[in-house]
Amino acid sequence: MAMTTAHLDLKPKDYRSEVPPDWCPGCGDFGVLNALQRACADLSIAPHEILVVSGIGCSSNLPGFFRSYGLHSLHGRSLPVATGARLGNHDLHVIAVGGDGDGYGIGMGHLFHSMRRNINLTYIVMDNEIYGLTTGQISPTSLTGMKTKTTPEGNLEPPANPLLVALAAGCHFVARGYSGDQKQLVEIIKQGLQHPGFALIDVFSPCVTFNRVNTYDFFKERVKRLEDMGHDSADHMAAIEQARIWGDVIPIGIFYQSPDPRPAIDDQDPALQGEPLVHRELGLSAEQRRQLIHEMM
Amino acid sequence: MSERRDVIVGIGGAAGDGVASAGNNLALMCARQGIGIFAYNSYQSVIRGGHSWFRIRASNTQPQSVGDRVDLLIALNQDCLDRHLQEVHPGGVVLYNSSKLKLPHAPPKDVQVCALPLEELVPEAGKLTIMQNTVALGAVIQLMGLPLEGIEKLIEQAYGKKGEEVVRSNRAAARAGFDRAKESLVPIDSPLTPGGKPLAWIIGNQALAYGGALAGVKLYVAYPMSPATGVLHWMAKHARRLGICARQVEDEIAVINMAIGASHVGVRAMCATSGGGFALMSEAIGFAAMIETPVVVINVQRAGPSTGVPTKTEQGDLNQAVGASQGDLQRIIVAPTSIEDACHTIPEVFNLAERHQLPVIVLSDLLISEGGTTVPPETLDFEPVIDRGELITEAPADIDPAASYLRYRVTESGVSPRAIPGVPGHLFVAASDEQDEDGVLISDVYTDPVIRKKMVDKRARKMVGVLRDIPAPALEGPTDAQVTLLGWGSTRGVIAEAAKRLTDEGITANHLQIKFLVPFHAAEVSAIIESAQKTISVENSESGQFARHLRAETGLSVDGHIRKYDGEPFEPKHIVEGVKAVLRGDEVVRVLSTEPGWRSEHPPVATGPTGTRTH
Repeated sequence: MAMTTAHLDLKPKDYRSEVPPDWCPGCGDFGVLNALQRACADLSIAPHEILVVSGIGCSSNLPGFFRSYGLHSLHGRSLPVATGARLGNHDLHVIAVGGDGDGYGIGMGHLFHSMRRNINLTYIVMDNEIYGLTTGQISPTSLTGMKTKTTPEGNLEPPANPLLVALAAGCHFVARGYSGDQKQLVEIIKQGLQHPGFALIDVFSPCVTFNRVNTYDFFKERVKRLEDMGHDSADHMAAIEQARIWGDVIPIGIFYQSPDPRPAIDDQDPALQGEPLVHRELGLSAEQRRQLIHEMM
Repeated sequence: MSERRDVIVGIGGAAGDGVASAGNNLALMCARQGIGIFAYNSYQSVIRGGHSWFRIRASNTQPQSVGDRVDLLIALNQDCLDRHLQEVHPGGVVLYNSSKLKLPHAPPKDVQVCALPLEELVPEAGKLTIMQNTVALGAVIQLMGLPLEGIEKLIEQAYGKKGEEVVRSNRAAARAGFDRAKESLVPIDSPLTPGGKPLAWIIGNQALAYGGALAGVKLYVAYPMSPATGVLHWMAKHARRLGICARQVEDEIAVINMAIGASHVGVRAMCATSGGGFALMSEAIGFAAMIETPVVVINVQRAGPSTGVPTKTEQGDLNQAVGASQGDLQRIIVAPTSIEDACHTIPEVFNLAERHQLPVIVLSDLLISEGGTTVPPETLDFEPVIDRGELITEAPADIDPAASYLRYRVTESGVSPRAIPGVPGHLFVAASDEQDEDGVLISDVYTDPVIRKKMVDKRARKMVGVLRDIPAPALEGPTDAQVTLLGWGSTRGVIAEAAKRLTDEGITANHLQIKFLVPFHAAEVSAIIESAQKTISVENSESGQFARHLRAETGLSVDGHIRKYDGEPFEPKHIVEGVKAVLRGDEVVRVLSTEPGWRSEHPPVATGPTGTRTH
């Protein structure tokens, strides 16, 4: 992403909007919001150069609480909306946010293709393994056996593994954070924002109201920083191995960060070379019209 | 017979026989001679086999429909001869490769036979049966009175890259056909006068795409779907040259949301699809309306429901366009009335979309999108007015960051000045949720009935401004006519022709063609319907979606209905006969393309492999 050259003296509070978050006290999303504000301040990105695009769900309310341009779009559609925005103005820092239902359920198709085409944006998924706003149904990342309103006998389906999907789709920045580990999360977000392509950041963000399984205690007992385990984030196979691990240990951190990132679609599409589409003059010149009409004769 | 004012050529064969390219070449040759063309290809959803039927109507003036007879039949396979020989008009000619094909029965009365044995005329053709097309084209242009040089130039352009020998043998083939027609047939009385000012030859989808480029479209996204894919192909082909980003993406839901995302940051974005793809876009139409972001969506209607008949035309999506997306939302629905109109409509509706900040649905159909006409080049060579409405694209860098900008400020017109992301001092969040003037979700604070009503009213009153901005439909023809024909969109030309023919036959007719369906000029249209003697709607819809729309908007029912939904477009005679049936007492006339007296109610099933589906 194009980095702003303005070294403004920005603080996290400069990214605080007038609206206090309406999340439940203790919600993991607060941690993500804080980390995002801290990361943007550290990188000195001016608020008016940021567009945060969300889907629908509790975590998708984030743009309202974050001081920047925001676009609270449709359930599962934050990525195509964000992609269109990015194609339209590749000077903007485009950040997509949402939940695990929004991103890994209804939005899974767009997620896969966005990573495959490598649109240059950062996608933060606040993963609480539940559908919160609709009051407690399973999500694609809910564990097998979990009992919810829609699975009173226990969830029969295994959880999706978004990190493996990302690694298979050719994503060159695949990370997972934890709302309870602010220090690591800020660093992950900063790295993701600077990655010149699609960056997936899955974040364990406990839902204190509806998920009695994946709680802060659950994660505190299990999460282990990849950087503390000697993981080489430049090693794709090692990333796949770590992404498959879920049990007494759940790795968090940057799973894969390519040392030689493949070019983003924004850099490859000939039409996007030079100034952003939005700044270009509209319409055709007389010569262009003449040539096009000549083709019809 | 000496009253002939046009020549109608029908070229038929299986997909893969070169029907479309032969038709295109003939159309181009006529256009270059200043001869007006209206062309339509009735084809199937197959890559090989089946039946393709390309009709070209040529005249010294601009034809408005494909007409309703066939004068010169070029049959490229047996199936075509079996189906169409019976309909060749007296005074016409059937042309076919007699080395391979046989006439199934004696030709109709006063129809000449032009046998073109490929083996004899072009001995070196060998296995290249496709050369029969070139021979037939040579023959047909002789009959039409066009110069041989025209086809020679075309061959040079088409095959120049394939080498001297290919050009030579094709030119020989064309000349052989030309000479054979000249020697063996009585001239057909062609009224065409070649050598006029060259015209452009344009297909509907090209007109839509070109219109988009003229309008300043910078992002075109699409998913391939018949019959809209032509717009994507044109855009992709010209993208680099014109500085347009044209991308094919994973599905129509991605398409519409990307277009909206781009539009939100200030880019003119457009997409085109057909009914099934549009159905997937339904939710996002409401999104655009709620966040008040302009977007232009083209729906090229085809026969439905569901997968329907992918390569056949219909006007069956009016209901879908009117009803798309949940809730009460603001949209414009426009149906261009011809290929030329389609080109001019796109820049016009982009201005409306941006001025009033809402989605525009353009209803084309297969007849327009895959039909072709000639157009004087100067009518395509225009620089449209670009009106972006109240768009804020810049602000001083030192603007007070605390300055309050209300993206959804309540105004008298309902339109709020629109800033685009990247502009300092104008931060806002746009949401698909209901929001207050400052963009804050009303669900995020107290869910307030007063705010809710205020914002709904604000958006709703934008339509008053839209209606003022669009022209009311005008009645064409004498106001005291016995019959008033009402149609919408693509049927304009054929209805106009039918109205004229009726009047010539002593049944005076006038004609009202609706282009803007939403918002609707209810007052003007009601006045016209109420003062008409007998009103008859004409549409390609089984259920009469247009008649229903008229009734919904005006409270008035029309007296009669002429409906054609067999997949083929109206011909003037269908409407003329339909009017007579209504005058005799039929309320609803359902038109079928097969003529009484034809050898079978349903033309024989095409033989040949089904190949790969095109849709």
